[in-house]
Amino acid sequence: MVVFPGSNCDEDCFHALRDVAKVDVQYFWHKERNLPPCDLVVLPGGFSYGDYLRTGAIARFSPAMDSIAKHAEAGRPVIGICNGFQILLEAGLLPGAMLRNRSLSFVCKHVFLRTETADSPFTNRYRKGEVIDLPIAHGEGNYFCEPDTLKQLQEEDRIAFRYCSEKGELGDPYNPNGSVDHIAGILNEKRNVLGMMPHPERSSEAILSSEDGRKIWESLLG
Amino acid sequence: MTMVQIPSKITPEMIAEHGLTEEEYQRISGILGRAPSFTELGIFGVMWSEHCSYKNSRRILKLLPTEGKGVLVKAGEENAGAIDIGDGLAIVFKIESHNHPSAVEPFQGAATGVGGILRDIFTMGARPVLLMNSLRFGNLESAESQRHFKGVVAGIAHYGNCIGVPTVGGEIYFDEAYEGNPLVNAMCLGIVRKNELAKAKATGAGNKVFYVGSATGRDGLGGASFASRELTEESEEDRPAVQVGDPFMEKLLLEACLELVKTDALVAMQDMGAAGLTCSTCEMPAKGNSGIEIDVAKVPRRETGMIPYEVMLSESQERMLMVVKRGKEKVVEQIFEKWDLHAVEIGEIKEGNLMRVFDQGELVAEIPAKALADEAPLYTREEKRPDYLAEAQTLELTKIPQPKNFTEVFKKLLDSPSIASKEWVYRQYDHMVRTDSIFLPGHDAALLRVKGTKKGIAVSTDCNGLYCYLDPYEGGKIAVAEAARNVAVTGARPVGLTNCLNFGNPMKPEIFWQFHQCVQGMADAARRFGTPVTGGNVSFYNESPRGAVYPTPVIGMVGVLDDIEKRIPSFFDREGDLIFLLGETANELGGSAYLALVHGLKQGLPPRLDLEKEVRLQKFFNEAAQTRILQSAHDLSEGGLAVALAESCFGRRSVGVRISNLEMFDGSLRKDALLFGETQSRVLVSARPDQKEVVIRLAQRHQVPIYQIGKVGGEVIVIEDLLELKVGDALSIWRNAIPRRLQ
Repeated sequence: MVVFPGSNCDEDCFHALRDVAKVDVQYFWHKERNLPPCDLVVLPGGFSYGDYLRTGAIARFSPAMDSIAKHAEAGRPVIGICNGFQILLEAGLLPGAMLRNRSLSFVCKHVFLRTETADSPFTNRYRKGEVIDLPIAHGEGNYFCEPDTLKQLQEEDRIAFRYCSEKGELGDPYNPNGSVDHIAGILNEKRNVLGMMPHPERSSEAILSSEDGRKIWESLLG
Repeated sequence: MTMVQIPSKITPEMIAEHGLTEEEYQRISGILGRAPSFTELGIFGVMWSEHCSYKNSRRILKLLPTEGKGVLVKAGEENAGAIDIGDGLAIVFKIESHNHPSAVEPFQGAATGVGGILRDIFTMGARPVLLMNSLRFGNLESAESQRHFKGVVAGIAHYGNCIGVPTVGGEIYFDEAYEGNPLVNAMCLGIVRKNELAKAKATGAGNKVFYVGSATGRDGLGGASFASRELTEESEEDRPAVQVGDPFMEKLLLEACLELVKTDALVAMQDMGAAGLTCSTCEMPAKGNSGIEIDVAKVPRRETGMIPYEVMLSESQERMLMVVKRGKEKVVEQIFEKWDLHAVEIGEIKEGNLMRVFDQGELVAEIPAKALADEAPLYTREEKRPDYLAEAQTLELTKIPQPKNFTEVFKKLLDSPSIASKEWVYRQYDHMVRTDSIFLPGHDAALLRVKGTKKGIAVSTDCNGLYCYLDPYEGGKIAVAEAARNVAVTGARPVGLTNCLNFGNPMKPEIFWQFHQCVQGMADAARRFGTPVTGGNVSFYNESPRGAVYPTPVIGMVGVLDDIEKRIPSFFDREGDLIFLLGETANELGGSAYLALVHGLKQGLPPRLDLEKEVRLQKFFNEAAQTRILQSAHDLSEGGLAVALAESCFGRRSVGVRISNLEMFDGSLRKDALLFGETQSRVLVSARPDQKEVVIRLAQRHQVPIYQIGKVGGEVIVIEDLLELKVGDALSIWRNAIPRRLQ
């Protein structure tokens, strides 16, 4: 669990992993260079470095990021949630960029997502096409990429989640931020890095009105 | 930004500019045994302002109960009050106003209001887990109110979202009475292990004084005095008195302070809020019966050429003052370095009682600390029952015609911004971060879980300003009762409250009368409920050239639910569930939203509240929650039964209702009073059909009147042959009322 100054979902993800998924978790301070051996790196949400300059723009220069990139190159899983997704984009571990929401304001609410691929270490417990309910909370979640990149993402089955209706239909009314092709989460080429704007840690327990996010942790546990 | 010049001589004008009277100046000279220096005059000016000293309100505030079961830190003892909730934990909570800054600069005014209340909580060693806010604006149709509203909401969102504390609820009213003088009250609640509660009591000569956090600039210069004046056309020129907030800095400060609390290095800490460095420098030693010496030359600055007067009075944000055990300086320095923050030693705790301020070794102020913190003059202001009341309280019901079309009235109420959905607002707030928000905005109260325990904490803020205007005593009582009721209907037990008392100029006898009456009403209710007041804030001078705001004593009530699985939501759950109305309904239309919106009258006596009935009702909920016999419970407030029914239908999946059997109510009850009246101590509940007898018996046992009025189901809201509207249509009116006015 990587902690940047300004991370604020680190404790939430820590709780979801330790108390719900029942795995060992450790914090990894952004000033440290040597990532201890681990099966998964989580880049949690928040406002790393106060979102100065651009979301995630400064975090990618953190000493910790080199060892995280190496972890990813070795094919081990990395998940970036919300601000963590933005950092992965800035660090070049995922393609594309994040723009301000179409509405220009911060949006916090539950949304429906369509699982677009079950072929990844993060989504293998979902069915392709399965509609799940996760919350979002961001001001800059409007994913954008060049047409060629988008084509590649589509052809290589690297779109993990799309915003949709409760029944799984795609369309502008269901897209909360204006993302291209309704994208909510994407994978890298090796399928071991996932970036997503919605928060699975906020929907991993029944008491939080949805436990649909829990299968992400369960997928990783194999 | 204007710089302050050091004058050669103190003139009567200068004394007046610092908000001090001639008598107060004489008293200061008496305390010092000489005339004050310019720096000292500035220090007395802010510390003896109403904002810091409560010199006009303190005697009245003594009416409020402050003792009670579980109170660990009483009102006024520390930055915020604390209550024991068991499991080795305490909750720390407080509400505070930032009205004047928000009127002049809505975004920064509101943002720094949030920042300030957060610091009050984490200086106690508690981790902030919840933010709420209580807001009042003028009519939403006016351009000025829209600017205030949008700016304030954006400011709250900016600060709360970034720091990662969920903004989970609150309330918003729109009324001409707040035109030009919006109210922005922010509340924060934190949780701390009882043995880690931090203090602001500076003791131990030789211990070191550290300045931590942001550098000091000229922003917010004299903000406390600014808050102790009426707003005028020229208030725009006071913009330098509004601070600029940096939530990222505050997040770092929060983490560093909470890390420090867990060490044995800390003696005391206090944030630099109103009156900045001055306030923390005199209050901490005053509390610990100590003296203090600081050198302002050591204070980190972000502007050049600042004189000691400016450094002492600046209200730059995100700063704290700490007293650290001698020999433990390294501990502090290491923690703050980890978080890339300044921690600078600027002085020392001394024997005696003097606060001595140096500038590069040269003494610039020498004042007994207690004289500043505790010895401001106390006033009993003149009171007079306002003349407007005689007419305003008169209402002849026989002259109020019943509506021809109840459905149209219903639509009008749903479309009123004060009643309508606040989704436009809370969508912009991260209300789920920390994953403890169990009841999301829209419920009667916010409900948080406490991880690691079975407990829940319910919080509600309430105040109907119009009621307080029409009858300050009854209005104050109702504010406390409604806040307690909102907490109780979730199944939680109200344990204490914080208040933010927003009034006009206390020098006006009519205003002071309103203030006294409201506080008396609050005190009577709080005492009867056994909910001590653990702190809060008084905000006077809420007047614009158009006059004073409604008296608005906002209550932040906190309750504890021992087992969160026993919570009662506010929304109907399932088709076929039975709907009951608890409590008696009277022909009470005075001060109602219906009377104002439909008949254009803000008149009459507001509903009467019987404290004994209220207590019985709340006890019913305590037991109903334990036995889990209810599916939902929703308090009746503005808009009465009809609006409460609609709101209960608007859960995550909306559902309709069919209300019948209204003939069981007394024949003398007007239909408009039954549907839209605001009689107190009433709640709408639903239960499974097989629980019918159990629910009725429990109500009877608590002597709570109960009426089975209908059933959940269908896609229409139907009230006999009086009112009929599709849920979808009702929902869309209710949801769009605010956004459509902002387009």
